[in-house]
Amino acid sequence: MTELHTDYMQEGKAPTFYLEEEHHPEGSTMLGFWLYLMSDCLIFAVLFATHAVLGRNYAAGPSPADLFDLPLVAVNTSMLLFSSITYGFAMLQVERYEKKATLFWMAVTALFGIAFVSLELYEFAHMIHEGAGPQRSAFLSSFFTLVGTHGLHVTSGIIWMFVLMAQVAKHGLIPENKRRLMCLSMFWHFLDVVWIGVFSFVYLMGVLG
Amino acid sequence: MFSDTDLLKFVFGRLTLEAIPYHEPILVATFVAVAVGGIGLVGLITYYRFWGTLWRDWLTSVDHKKIGIMYVILALVMLLRGFADAIMMRLQQAMAFGGSEGYLPPHHYDQVFTAHGVIMIFFMAMPFVTGLMNFVVPLQIGARDVSFPFLNNFSFWMTTAGAIIIMLSLFVGEFARTGWLAYPPLSGADYSPGVGVDYYIWGLQVAGIGTTLSGINLIATIVKMRAPGMTMMKMPVFTWTSLCTNVLIVATFPVLTATLALLTLDRYAGTNFFTNDLGGNPMMYVNLIWIWGHPEVYILILPAFGIFSEVVATFCGKRLFGYASMVYATVVITILSYIVWLHHFFTMGSGASVNAFFGITTMIISIPTGAKMFNWLFTMYRGRIRYEVPMLWTVGFMVTFVIGGMTGVLLAVPPADFVLHNSLFLIAHFHNVIIGGVVFGLMAGVVYWFPKAFGFRLDPFWGKISFWFWLTGFYFAFMPLYVLGLMGVTRRVSQFEDPSLQIWFVIAAFGAFLIALGILSMLIQLVVSFIKREELRDTTGDPWDARTLEWSTSSPPPDYNFAFTPVVHDQDSWWDMKKRGHSRPVGGFKPIHMPRNTGTGVILGAISVVFAFGMVWYMWWLAGLAFLAMVVIAIGHTFNYDRDFYIPANVITQTEGKRTELLASEV
Amino acid sequence: MSTHAPTHEDAFEAHHGHSHGHEAGHGTFKSYVTGFVLSVILTAIPFWLVMAEVIDSPVLTAVIIMALGAIQIVVHMIFFLHMNTRSEGGWTMMALIFTIVLVAIALSGSLWVMHHLNANMMPMSPEMMKNMP
Repeated sequence: MTELHTDYMQEGKAPTFYLEEEHHPEGSTMLGFWLYLMSDCLIFAVLFATHAVLGRNYAAGPSPADLFDLPLVAVNTSMLLFSSITYGFAMLQVERYEKKATLFWMAVTALFGIAFVSLELYEFAHMIHEGAGPQRSAFLSSFFTLVGTHGLHVTSGIIWMFVLMAQVAKHGLIPENKRRLMCLSMFWHFLDVVWIGVFSFVYLMGVLG
Repeated sequence: MFSDTDLLKFVFGRLTLEAIPYHEPILVATFVAVAVGGIGLVGLITYYRFWGTLWRDWLTSVDHKKIGIMYVILALVMLLRGFADAIMMRLQQAMAFGGSEGYLPPHHYDQVFTAHGVIMIFFMAMPFVTGLMNFVVPLQIGARDVSFPFLNNFSFWMTTAGAIIIMLSLFVGEFARTGWLAYPPLSGADYSPGVGVDYYIWGLQVAGIGTTLSGINLIATIVKMRAPGMTMMKMPVFTWTSLCTNVLIVATFPVLTATLALLTLDRYAGTNFFTNDLGGNPMMYVNLIWIWGHPEVYILILPAFGIFSEVVATFCGKRLFGYASMVYATVVITILSYIVWLHHFFTMGSGASVNAFFGITTMIISIPTGAKMFNWLFTMYRGRIRYEVPMLWTVGFMVTFVIGGMTGVLLAVPPADFVLHNSLFLIAHFHNVIIGGVVFGLMAGVVYWFPKAFGFRLDPFWGKISFWFWLTGFYFAFMPLYVLGLMGVTRRVSQFEDPSLQIWFVIAAFGAFLIALGILSMLIQLVVSFIKREELRDTTGDPWDARTLEWSTSSPPPDYNFAFTPVVHDQDSWWDMKKRGHSRPVGGFKPIHMPRNTGTGVILGAISVVFAFGMVWYMWWLAGLAFLAMVVIAIGHTFNYDRDFYIPANVITQTEGKRTELLASEV
Repeated sequence: MSTHAPTHEDAFEAHHGHSHGHEAGHGTFKSYVTGFVLSVILTAIPFWLVMAEVIDSPVLTAVIIMALGAIQIVVHMIFFLHMNTRSEGGWTMMALIFTIVLVAIALSGSLWVMHHLNANMMPMSPEMMKNMP
């Protein structure tokens, strides 16, 4: 784009006002998807802000130190970390046009994702069973909402993973599918980044009191 | 197992016959009018065998021009609804004095003012702005469409779905009685147990998805699809303001979505974010919603500033004065709009240090706006001003908006705000900037770009009549509210004790009546222009002798916008082309790659209405099914890889050939 | 979405012909493993600090946790999301910086506003707050 521009602007040449050949603007998908992620990031920012403001309002109910099971959270975090690197391996296979290996690593990633969501659901069920449901206090409302929203994102990521696996199996690693794989990659790693905030700010700092 | 009532409850949730307001004469009359109008419209479409065209060329269209036009039509329809609410309020307040209760009972009046605010902001101003940006921006940057054409269609239908959900509340159930931002605890489950707030929530959430996606789409379009040579500092000012507006949309609508989601959880799941007990804090809602709410007003006004910039430069026959300062002022406003939100609740009690900070930032933000005003004035200075209708709106804006801006700075002083907060002074102020700024800008934009969209100009006589009614009507309607506000009259009150106030409300009602005449003249203008369309025909594609790229193509533009992508050397690129003697290429056309139309957007929009209806009335099975259907259809859509086609070269040769003849016949 | 026709056979050619949208950068096996190892370390330390109660001062621990979290986010951004200043002509980086600024404003602003509000309106001790209904 810039080359063209300087070329036409050179002194002495008659200005060209139309492009003779077909104009190919660069693809916008990656930028568009990144902008979506940024907007999603702001949704999480609101939830974090709410937790920051309301997270100490226990209403004479249980506090993080009473509720959180840090070893479980640590296992959960490792599930997400493993899924991140396995998705990275899938992307490496995409670059080498290894369809089967790509599908394999995607399946592994989805399994780690499912393990993460299951552990989280177990944790939620356990807390609700102990009478510490989201209705108990503002702290628990914001805890369940923040962590649950992240969990919902992971769940939709898993569904997306399966859809994309079907599409890769059907059409192969064509440019469209590669673009979609890149988008899912960004989405998945973005969820990881959010989870860093969740375990540091909600769990660890919560237990610290 | 099930008794009959259990079954009924399962199927219909909390929807009963009682929810249909057949005992309210006003609503029944409205319903009859809407039904008759609707049947008439359907009849006409059937009579002219228009259904096929409507579906193929409009509803399923991914063409940014058609989507833009549909957005504006939606906005005009909702303007009529929102204005009907306004005139009802004005009538009520002019009547209800000294024991008279007027004709609207308080619970109805409360719904009317809530609906007025919600509709005017979310379903009139927002679609209007988005529609104009959609239509104009790709043409101004020399692109053939937006970055994500399907997403554009989908965004439009989500916005429309939101509007339909809000309109449904008129005839099934009720609307919120909380004011347009639905502050808890009033909007919480304890104090608003009915369906009103739920209609509000789901209408805004569905429309909000559309708005956010269209924001992402337009940013990507402006960043990625500009014609070669158009660097950032050569973009037309309207494109610049659109870029900043869309940045604000993408950066704030998620905040609204999240905040409303928390309110939803409070209402549906019994959480305690904004409740009065168990540690909830309603003030957190006020804080969060204004983090979205303040940038929102800049989302509306920035494109209007862009329109005025285009109009002033065109009708003064001069390059815009201080292009760079205009751009920087826009960017500065974009950023500053994020750190002023607390001025909406100075009286909440955050104390002197917090209030001082936000008061000062609010005063600072008026500086770049003032700079813009001087840029327009200096553009007019020594220009050859043609007082065509868009220019009239612009001058009307400059006078009116300065008054509104100054009252805004008064309100930015925290101690003054303690006196004026929630008074009619505030109402007068924000109508002063929104009507005098946004609405005047949108009207100028419609008149300015109408010939581009439809190939003929709007009748200037009725345009001028409409302008003068609007302008005088505005002053009659809102200047009395400043007076009343200074006397301490608060907003959202349906009847008054003190008879000495009545005269001011009568004057305001008279002003509203004048604005009604202005709207009526605008409608007449549309009809008259359509009848006189041959006389008003624009054959050149450049009826105003304008400066930017959209005027270089035909009116209306062909599907592909530009047969050859333009190359840009100057900010006013079309002016530059005219001055340096460009020659329009008449041969050597190549096939053009275009996106294919798709019905997925309409279908998803329709199902989201069903989903929202299910959620509002607690028909869980319906909401569940609708949600599932949306997910399945959306996933199904991704399995379609055949999304585009080529317009063959001979079709382009034909289309461009016709234009060549037309241009030749003109000279 | 609309920039080129789908052609299943010549995927390789189409890819190399005009490499749409793949400027976002690729990792290598080495970079992914480096990122993984770093993030495992950066996750393990804060968990260990809290679970083993290594430091007496909770404030200091909290500061360390937040600092490590911030570092880990940067690690993920570089090694997994392949952020750099060049991809998409710098626009992704610009969007990211803008978002970070807004997140900072929303978080710190809300905390500041709500803290002052609480201080002005609820004159009670943390103990009373804790046992509030």
